[in-house]
Amino acid sequence: MSVKILIADDEANIVVTLEFMMKREGYEVLVARDGVEALATIRRERPRLVLLDGMMPGMTGFDVCAAVRADADIRDTRIVMLTAKGRETDLARGAGVGVDAYVTKPFSTRDLVAKVREMLG
Amino acid sequence: MRPRRASRGPSAQVLVALWGAGLVLFNFPMLIVFDRDVTVLGLPLLPVALFGNWALLIGALAWALERGPARRRGSEPPPSNPVPPAPPGAP
Amino acid sequence: MIAPSLVIGASVGYLLVLFAVAAFGDARAARGRSLIGSSWIYALSLAVYCTAWTYFGSVGRAAASGVWFLPIYIGPTLAMLLGWIVVRKMIRIAQTYRITSIADFIASRYGKSPLLAALVTLITVIGIVPYIALQLKAVSAGYHLLTSGPDLVEGPQVGWWRDGVLFVSLALAAFTMMFGTRHLDSAERHEGMVAAVAFESVVKLVAFLAVGAFVTWGLFDGMGDIWARAQAFPELRGLLRLGGEEGATAFGFADWFALTVLAMLSVLLLPRQFQMMVVECVDERHLLRAAWVFPAYLLLINIFVLPIAIGGAVLFGPGRMDPETFVLSLPLAHGAPWLALFAYLGGLSAATGMLIVETVAIATMVCNDLVMPALLRRRGFGVRAQGDLTGLLLNIRRAAIVGVLILGYLYFRIAGDAYALVSIGLISFAAVAQFAPALLVGMYWRGGTRIGALGGLLGGFALWTYTLMLPSVAKCGWMPAGFVEYGPLGFGLLAPERLFGLVGLDSLTQSLFWSLLVNVTLYVGLSLWRRPDAREASQGLLFVEVFERAQPATGGAPVFWRGRARLEDLTALAARLLGPSRAKALFEEHARETGVGSVARLVPDARLVDRVERQIAGAVGSASARVMIASAVQEEPLAIDDVLEILEEASQLRGYARALEEKSTSLEQATAELRAANEQLKSLDHLKDDFVSSVTHELRTPLTSIRALSELMLDAPEMGAPERERFLRIVVSESERLSRLVNQVLDLARIESGHAEWRSAEVDMRALIESAVQTTSELFRERGAEVRLVLADDVPVIRADPDRLTQVMVNLLSNAAKFVPATCGRVDVALRRDGDGLVVEVRDNGPGVPPGDHERIFEKFRQGGDAQSRPSGTGLGLPISRQIIDHFGGRMWLEQGPDGDPCFAFRLPFATPGTP
Repeated sequence: MSVKILIADDEANIVVTLEFMMKREGYEVLVARDGVEALATIRRERPRLVLLDGMMPGMTGFDVCAAVRADADIRDTRIVMLTAKGRETDLARGAGVGVDAYVTKPFSTRDLVAKVREMLG
Repeated sequence: MRPRRASRGPSAQVLVALWGAGLVLFNFPMLIVFDRDVTVLGLPLLPVALFGNWALLIGALAWALERGPARRRGSEPPPSNPVPPAPPGAP
Repeated sequence: MIAPSLVIGASVGYLLVLFAVAAFGDARAARGRSLIGSSWIYALSLAVYCTAWTYFGSVGRAAASGVWFLPIYIGPTLAMLLGWIVVRKMIRIAQTYRITSIADFIASRYGKSPLLAALVTLITVIGIVPYIALQLKAVSAGYHLLTSGPDLVEGPQVGWWRDGVLFVSLALAAFTMMFGTRHLDSAERHEGMVAAVAFESVVKLVAFLAVGAFVTWGLFDGMGDIWARAQAFPELRGLLRLGGEEGATAFGFADWFALTVLAMLSVLLLPRQFQMMVVECVDERHLLRAAWVFPAYLLLINIFVLPIAIGGAVLFGPGRMDPETFVLSLPLAHGAPWLALFAYLGGLSAATGMLIVETVAIATMVCNDLVMPALLRRRGFGVRAQGDLTGLLLNIRRAAIVGVLILGYLYFRIAGDAYALVSIGLISFAAVAQFAPALLVGMYWRGGTRIGALGGLLGGFALWTYTLMLPSVAKCGWMPAGFVEYGPLGFGLLAPERLFGLVGLDSLTQSLFWSLLVNVTLYVGLSLWRRPDAREASQGLLFVEVFERAQPATGGAPVFWRGRARLEDLTALAARLLGPSRAKALFEEHARETGVGSVARLVPDARLVDRVERQIAGAVGSASARVMIASAVQEEPLAIDDVLEILEEASQLRGYARALEEKSTSLEQATAELRAANEQLKSLDHLKDDFVSSVTHELRTPLTSIRALSELMLDAPEMGAPERERFLRIVVSESERLSRLVNQVLDLARIESGHAEWRSAEVDMRALIESAVQTTSELFRERGAEVRLVLADDVPVIRADPDRLTQVMVNLLSNAAKFVPATCGRVDVALRRDGDGLVVEVRDNGPGVPPGDHERIFEKFRQGGDAQSRPSGTGLGLPISRQIIDHFGGRMWLEQGPDGDPCFAFRLPFATPGTP
């Protein structure tokens, strides 16, 4: 059984890109288009890893992350935060809510794949 | 009296004017005007006029003093007045 | 008739109640919840003016001569009309310079002269003792009337050891000592006493009104009935006309005027009035109410005087009974002994109130201005001696209280029978009226001097003695009466009641005229003859300009003192006179106010010396305080030049203070402006940060897809053609989005910074809209939406930039196209005239915007719609459109149609400011 990965982003084209990459690596890919949906999917599907966009309408990626870490059942989910705002404060915020890795958009596909592989390995 | 302090409290001019009115009302020759063999409601005119003018003067003074802005700051208790304002009247 | 035991019991009971009230007042004051902090209590305490004289004498006078009892009460009303001006100044002066008696006030005004203080005290004692006797006489006569019946007005002469009046006097002395000399207070305030006096004022008013109502409606059928029945007596018929039967020409207008003026002065100058009105005043704003409530009280207590006087005369028969006792004899003779007893208590309270306050005031003066200076002059009691003097001071006052009351009692025993109540009182009034020039004129005229005040007082007092006091003594039979009739040694011109042949006035008016004439003449004449010395001039200035000089804002009154002092001397002196604890508190307070950490580090400068002197003045009077300070420190004599110099310094200081105040105000203002500017900068900075951050985010998002997809395609040569094509399309569209964004950011930046280029041309809005719809028709066709135009014909051509307006229209149309539903999409475009402008509306049937977001939608990067449906807008179209419309003086808004459809609209005025 392959490893489940959730992609949560509100930009359709980025979802298409990430989905293609992760599928090519052999992971089972789930998609969520906003924060609320992402959290619900994590609770339901228990993916091993989430590629989480930091800026989503409604519930932001940071909110989702905090909610995941607060929930004992899904606390161990690995979270990679993708953000277009590479500012120091965002990094700090990410660390504050317990992000496992932090990737700034635009990213190198190879680096991202390597990081995901490493985190699941 | 002093322009700088006139804004706080009643006007000195009004008080001096009332004082002048009082001097005139209770003296020669004004008193002769009230000295008639006439009764008001069965009472002789002279005392009625004296008391009436007196009450009017007090009323005017009360008005001049109590409307002033200096009242506001006062820590006045609500009027528990054992002396009600004098009704105009005479023996 | 009432049993003596009952009368005595009731009187004792009443005094006990009074005692309780005073004790309660003191207890409340000690707990800091003052009972007398009310303008009503203050007003009632002023009614100490109404003594037993009012109670019994007024009725007597009214029965004898009609309206003649009134000037004594109209005078105070006239004085109170000016109360806010004159009395307030007296209060301010007394409180600023810690003045506690009328002698102190006058002495302090004229350079703190001990001689003047002593003179005023002597005049007061001599003038007031008969007045005190009068109260005792009233108490005694009332007692005999109640216990022996109306037929025997004069009590049988009994030995002094059995005389109840003596015991009343002693009981009052004890009471007064208890509440008048409890402790030495530098403000000389006696809260318990004030509370008791206010209580007494209520009792005497209620009692008098009760008797009046009883006579008017109990014994008669109203006031009209009294007057109607009085018509039967020829003596009474003319009573209420000026001049009686002889007509108005016989009316003594001069006497009437003199009496009014006398009462007007007395209400300010009687020691007990000064005590209550000035010394015991806790807040000068209480005057605002008291100045009219007190006259109203006087009016009220006089309303029944005529009914009682005439009613009594009607019932007893004119001249058959002493009218001064009507208040008691009427209820007594008509079956109301309890009312008579109540009325007696009212009279007793009127008498006791006067006695208590008067003796406290006089005792303070005797102690501070007669005894202390004498003690200070004695060897071995020198000011450098040690020991706490507060106990001694209190004992002197206690002795003075007993002494004054005993003097009054003696006068009553010896001379009490010779005079009617009213005449005795008026002698006292005339005596204190002598203070008027020195005190009242001195408050407003800086030129008055010590020598002038001394001369005026001595002259006036001498004339008073000769024209009023001596005749009254002669009438008692102690001097040959011929002296009054024919003048000394037969010199008719010097006859005391017709001095220099002045006839046609009554003896009081005559005396008042001569004494005040001499008084004023000497006061003014001597003041003009000699220039005031430095201390007189400085004190005169401090008094006359108390409102201007003694402002806390300008550092208080200027201090006219030069010399050197040692802190130890000052502390020792203060401790002796104020007691150690109060002295300690005084220095600690001064240290705190001057910002010096501890008392030990205080600099004994002029201000500290002045402060100590003022506090001591509160305890021993300003004249004695001056002597003590002068001997405790090394003073340089004050010259008139020094006064001018100090004044100059003070006014300079005041100037500095004002300049400083202005500076600090403008500084504060500048600070506030700077702070506001800084806030604005900060918020601008914040906005800029936000904008940059948003732009970064918007730029990185398309870049992410472009880079990732390009990398993927590079890395995967095996990728199928359809897949590759799909990815390339995404890359192209994201690139377009990127370039659109860059263009719009630049565009917006140009518009906002004012660097945008604006063309100006004739614009036909109809044509422009039609062309814009044409341009965007492909979009609508893709979405399957229908566009409907309703364009009015009467819209004139305007001047604007057609390209920019096209940009706006395209923006709005493509915005609508994005949001219309996938099926049955519909967009309505309308153009109409609206007053002096045109309105364009673009309405679609897509999802609306919550009303709260109607303005936010025009903010940068604030796109509508949720993530899925959000088309590839940049979030800058609407802000740019709004900026363009703003530029042409119009406005753009979003509204909700009646069916909930969103409608973007803008209005442009026909005359646009953007056009030349």
